[in-house]
Amino acid sequence: MSRTFLGLPRRLSRPDDDAPPAAAGAGEPPESPFGPVPHPQTPLRWGDAFPVAARQTLQNAQLRRNLGHATQVIRAKRAAVVGEVPDWEALRDAGSALKERVMAELPELLQQLEENVTARGGVVHWARDAAEANRIVTEIARAKGADEVVKVKSMATQEIGLNEHLAAEGIAAVETDLAELIVQLADDMPSHILVPAIHRNRTEIRDIFLARMGDAPPDLSDVPRELAMAARAHLRRKFLSAKVAVSGANFGVASTGTLAVVESEGNGRMCLTLPETLVTVMGIEKLVPDFEDLEVFLQLLPRSSTGERMNPYTSLWTGVTPGDGPSEFHLVLLDNGRTDVLADEVGRAALHCIRCSACLNVCPVYERVGGHAYGSVYPGPIGAILTPQLTASTGGVSGHDDVNAALPYASTLCGACYDVCPVKIDIPSILVDLRAREVDADRSRGGVDPWAAAMKAASWLMSDGGRFGRAGRAATLAHGLGGRDGVISAAPPPVSAWTRSRDLPAPPRQTFRQWWAKEHESPADAGGER
Amino acid sequence: MSDARTEVLSRVRAALGRPGSGTTPAGTVGAAPRDVVVPRGYRAAGEHAAGSPEVLEQLVDRLVDYRAHVQQVAETDLPAAVAGLVRELSAGRVAVVVPHGIDRGWLAGLGDEVEVREDSPGSPLPATELDTVDAVLTAARVACSETGTIVLDGEPDQGRRAISLVPDVHLCVVRADQVVQTVPEAVRLLAAHPGRPLTWVSGPSATSDIELDRVEGVHGPRTLHVLLVG
Repeated sequence: MSRTFLGLPRRLSRPDDDAPPAAAGAGEPPESPFGPVPHPQTPLRWGDAFPVAARQTLQNAQLRRNLGHATQVIRAKRAAVVGEVPDWEALRDAGSALKERVMAELPELLQQLEENVTARGGVVHWARDAAEANRIVTEIARAKGADEVVKVKSMATQEIGLNEHLAAEGIAAVETDLAELIVQLADDMPSHILVPAIHRNRTEIRDIFLARMGDAPPDLSDVPRELAMAARAHLRRKFLSAKVAVSGANFGVASTGTLAVVESEGNGRMCLTLPETLVTVMGIEKLVPDFEDLEVFLQLLPRSSTGERMNPYTSLWTGVTPGDGPSEFHLVLLDNGRTDVLADEVGRAALHCIRCSACLNVCPVYERVGGHAYGSVYPGPIGAILTPQLTASTGGVSGHDDVNAALPYASTLCGACYDVCPVKIDIPSILVDLRAREVDADRSRGGVDPWAAAMKAASWLMSDGGRFGRAGRAATLAHGLGGRDGVISAAPPPVSAWTRSRDLPAPPRQTFRQWWAKEHESPADAGGER
Repeated sequence: MSDARTEVLSRVRAALGRPGSGTTPAGTVGAAPRDVVVPRGYRAAGEHAAGSPEVLEQLVDRLVDYRAHVQQVAETDLPAAVAGLVRELSAGRVAVVVPHGIDRGWLAGLGDEVEVREDSPGSPLPATELDTVDAVLTAARVACSETGTIVLDGEPDQGRRAISLVPDVHLCVVRADQVVQTVPEAVRLLAAHPGRPLTWVSGPSATSDIELDRVEGVHGPRTLHVLLVG
């Protein structure tokens, strides 16, 4: 059990906190291959608060086995390929400073990017929020007469719920990344930034393909190669006929207008190259100042994310190239809460994130609870600092009533995420800062604050030796409450606020003062020299 | 209500504590940005020269690790090597697509059973036709040995992006003097023409989406043959 003495949110659970885990969820048992997470209206805020959701996902032994295996594999791969780079720390320093520079110069760089994309025949759109971005993409697809668009895996379009919006408008969005396809066919939600179907094992994936793909071979086995070939056959026809593609972008180079997509399967290249029209949705923080800066990030990203020296394919394009690739290119620059994050001098470092997911793979909390417990398309340590801030304007960090305010507590503050972050985001410090703000927000609500009252009482006790001694002796009376392991797991109120989420070590039989007094009252009886 | 562009930009300025939306006499908007110095202590180049034996050996090692096939051939043996690989594709007739600027000498060893189809931005082959050819043959712009990466930049000897993507087999000719050791060396070379459409290829297409188990060959070419010349 965690012993993190940084304050515990008092009421992060929903009223059904103590209900048995099976009663929650989408009504399907956790073993079912299909949709344990219903599609949310808000991709940045779904389901129960983390403490409740985590308790539920922890019941799923299959999920924990799948995640335990996958994260172990990826951690070892990453460590090996990072270890062979002699200047890794210098690259991290450069990457961190470059992103800091991007934030400082964001207004200028955004306008520079816009100018360069436009000069090369692209069209730049600006979107204040998810609804505006969705509307822009829908209008472009509709103008092209497309009832189907092919998609490259993209966190930005996940975040705005683009697929659901397009579906409501009668346009089918086909995910072409293998893991995204698995998630989409299963009517599931992603649980990892890079490998969204990491919570599924090969047998579950085979079952999903057989049930939902439509053209999967009936004798499909669960060998990963066969599963990948089934996806290839399923998607090839769509690639060859698609008129409109939608992508995200890993980087946008301000000084040239060049955009980059980093991928593995070739589905990205298919989408970026074959359709006549390409729409790219990019968060405004994804910029790098100059083309040469790619030399830093194209070293940091692949080794941190898939644990490869380089990912199989990286595409870079600048506006429209006559005779090669799409003849029409649209870039949608997305705010959707990013400027709220930027306004926070501590929290803005969360915008440095290049979505490698290394922090997820090393996080002891993520490894056990999985991505769905975070209730956001951004799970894990980075999600725990990014999600509350992105949703700040609707209460994300204000505490008490918002489920996202619980996310900064979804960490042991072990610091592993900071160690692996390729752009050195100090996630633990931001977590602590967000926790403090959540507590402060609650305090400013007025009324009796039990936490402040307890601190005041402790201060009164500890400021007087006599009082402290008497209080210590009184506390030894609680020794009997501890179980065989010397731990109190369930205490009566008000201490129950603590023991509901954490164990409390039982007080010893005697205080140190009592022991000292006893040892020193008669030195002759103390048993000689020590 | 102001338009989205104006509003997003003014939100960004406000967030940075640099409010103001007018243009100052200096041409900047609002307050000047804070100056951030970027430390460039990382290696700008490797210890081995481009095309040196060490660099070539490393490139081969990395490519093989990605399950690409590599042949090191002398310039004079290249046509025979190309012909040999094409013969392996199929026992009967074979269709190979080439970009219009390909070195014709590379095709000199091909037999009558090989149909060479030329593609150019001016007369592009449709994607559905590219889907039926057996292989594509291209040159490359630069290769990076540390990462096992080959970069195509769409020039006439490399062709449109689609031709090196849709066919199932990619035969790629890389000259030894095009091989540099580090990523920064490759990026700085490419920075001379940043507007060209670039495709960085590191082995055949692959996925690790199922239990992080790597499977080579998904949507892009499932087989990559690299002919390292010189």
